[in-house]
Amino acid sequence: MYSSTVMDHFRNPRNVGEMKDPDGIGEVGNPLCGDMMTIFIKVGDDDRIHDIKFLTFGCGAAIAVSSMITEMAKGKTLEEANQITNKSVAEALEGLPRNKLHCSNLGADALHLAIENYQRKKEGKPPLEGREGESHMHEHGESCYCPYCDANMRSSAGICENCGRNVPASPFPVV
Amino acid sequence: MRIINLDRISGGSLPPEVQEAMVEAVRAEWGNPSSQHRLGDRGAEALEKARKQVACLINARQEKEVVFTSGGTESINHAIKGVALSKGEKGRHIVTSNIEHNAVLRTLRRLRMMDFQVTSVPVDDTGLVNPDDVGKAIREDTILVTIMHANNEIGTLQPIEEIGHITRRKNVLFHCDAVASTGVVPVDVQKMPVDLLSFAANQFYGPSGVGGLYIRQGTALWPLLDGGVQENNKRAGTENLIGIVGMGTAAELAVRDMSQRTAHALRLKHRLREGLKARISHILFNGHPERSVPNLVSVSIQFIEGEGIVLMLDEEGIAVSTRSACAAGALQASHVLLSIGRDFADAQGTLVVSFGTDNTEEDIDRFLTVLEGSVQTLRDMSPLYRKAMAAS
Repeated sequence: MYSSTVMDHFRNPRNVGEMKDPDGIGEVGNPLCGDMMTIFIKVGDDDRIHDIKFLTFGCGAAIAVSSMITEMAKGKTLEEANQITNKSVAEALEGLPRNKLHCSNLGADALHLAIENYQRKKEGKPPLEGREGESHMHEHGESCYCPYCDANMRSSAGICENCGRNVPASPFPVV
Repeated sequence: MRIINLDRISGGSLPPEVQEAMVEAVRAEWGNPSSQHRLGDRGAEALEKARKQVACLINARQEKEVVFTSGGTESINHAIKGVALSKGEKGRHIVTSNIEHNAVLRTLRRLRMMDFQVTSVPVDDTGLVNPDDVGKAIREDTILVTIMHANNEIGTLQPIEEIGHITRRKNVLFHCDAVASTGVVPVDVQKMPVDLLSFAANQFYGPSGVGGLYIRQGTALWPLLDGGVQENNKRAGTENLIGIVGMGTAAELAVRDMSQRTAHALRLKHRLREGLKARISHILFNGHPERSVPNLVSVSIQFIEGEGIVLMLDEEGIAVSTRSACAAGALQASHVLLSIGRDFADAQGTLVVSFGTDNTEEDIDRFLTVLEGSVQTLRDMSPLYRKAMAAS
């Protein structure tokens, strides 16, 4: 299912870990599919990413994306790093299965958020709250269903009319 | 490389007797069982022999109560849609549980689009349905109750007899999805007051793509497949003789060997559970500790995601299954795990380990060793693990 490049990055992920005193942190999560990614960056006076690390809770594709995108961003200027898109990561990985493309979204989001938070820190602004990934159910053109009893729901979160359970909007703790 | 198959309920090798029976069927000159000549008779003979073997497995009173299908999904679709469409004018309400298989849930979703109403009863944290909840959910216009026997994800066995007594009293048809239990634990339709029962061959060492629906004498429902008059007019289509012959032999073996298989499975289950408890921290077992099928263990491994584990184990020649959303392709956490109270994150790290006659204690030990390393590697890169360790 996965390309050899993806498997390589899964088996030997680059840049795993936390960072002491990072200059910027970007944490994003998608509650329904389960992936969660945190990227830490250290930025030099030359506005280049001197060091970058990641932590990921997610499938093989998520881990490979984290590894690849941190490799791609390392040593780049912030402007160059901001140009890295989910598409370019997926391409660098020699493609991802269609149902795993959302994992590459998470990588790009986390990196760009880390950069944004670094810039906000410099400007003395508080960091942005972690953002959720897009809701998949809408991406794929299906309507929303209660994950407990499978009834139709009018929105992706709230009380399910059929079984009464509360479907939380963001069950993951986000920074 | 010999692959250690610890995803046995999804598929695996066929026992030699089943293989031989199927090879004979492949090579034989059997005609269409519906034909009026000698060639057809040979086909019909093979068909009816298999029917007898399967009827014996579930203790059906009459062989013709067994209808052959293409598998569990077809049987379930047939049972639920068949009742709904035939009784649609009397009532349009169906009762089910929160942890049914997708074949049940999606079929019910389809019926909801046709203005049927569904009440889904909850389960407790071991996955058990309370029969009283089913009773309370039944209304004047209820036409069907559909509750599974064994849950395929967590193994919990429902109190089908008690539920059946309630449906009998209230005069409502009862369909039981027994796909994960038939051929694994005793399933006796003389003891279970069910009207319809679905099962599948690949769950008891038969070939995949073949199964059956038990329809109790006197139960009226529409067929799913219209066409010829096969299966006593209940399921049209020329029969998958090769598959059915395989299923028949598998059924006979299941009757003969059930106690040994169960004893063997329980030994492995015990070893696996004890090993997991001893070697991996922060785990949660899912399902009921006793009222469960013997050949399955569902374990949620906290702070990591399941597909990662599956891939790492695959690299080492071990096959297991996960219930993580990414792996399922459905991009939704398992409704079964959510219904028993697991939160999304824990549901994501759930492994379903299932084993059978091909597995040994060494397989379990090897699995535990590789798992230990894989879990640590994934936890070392997990933000959730970091946070949890920092908090403690």
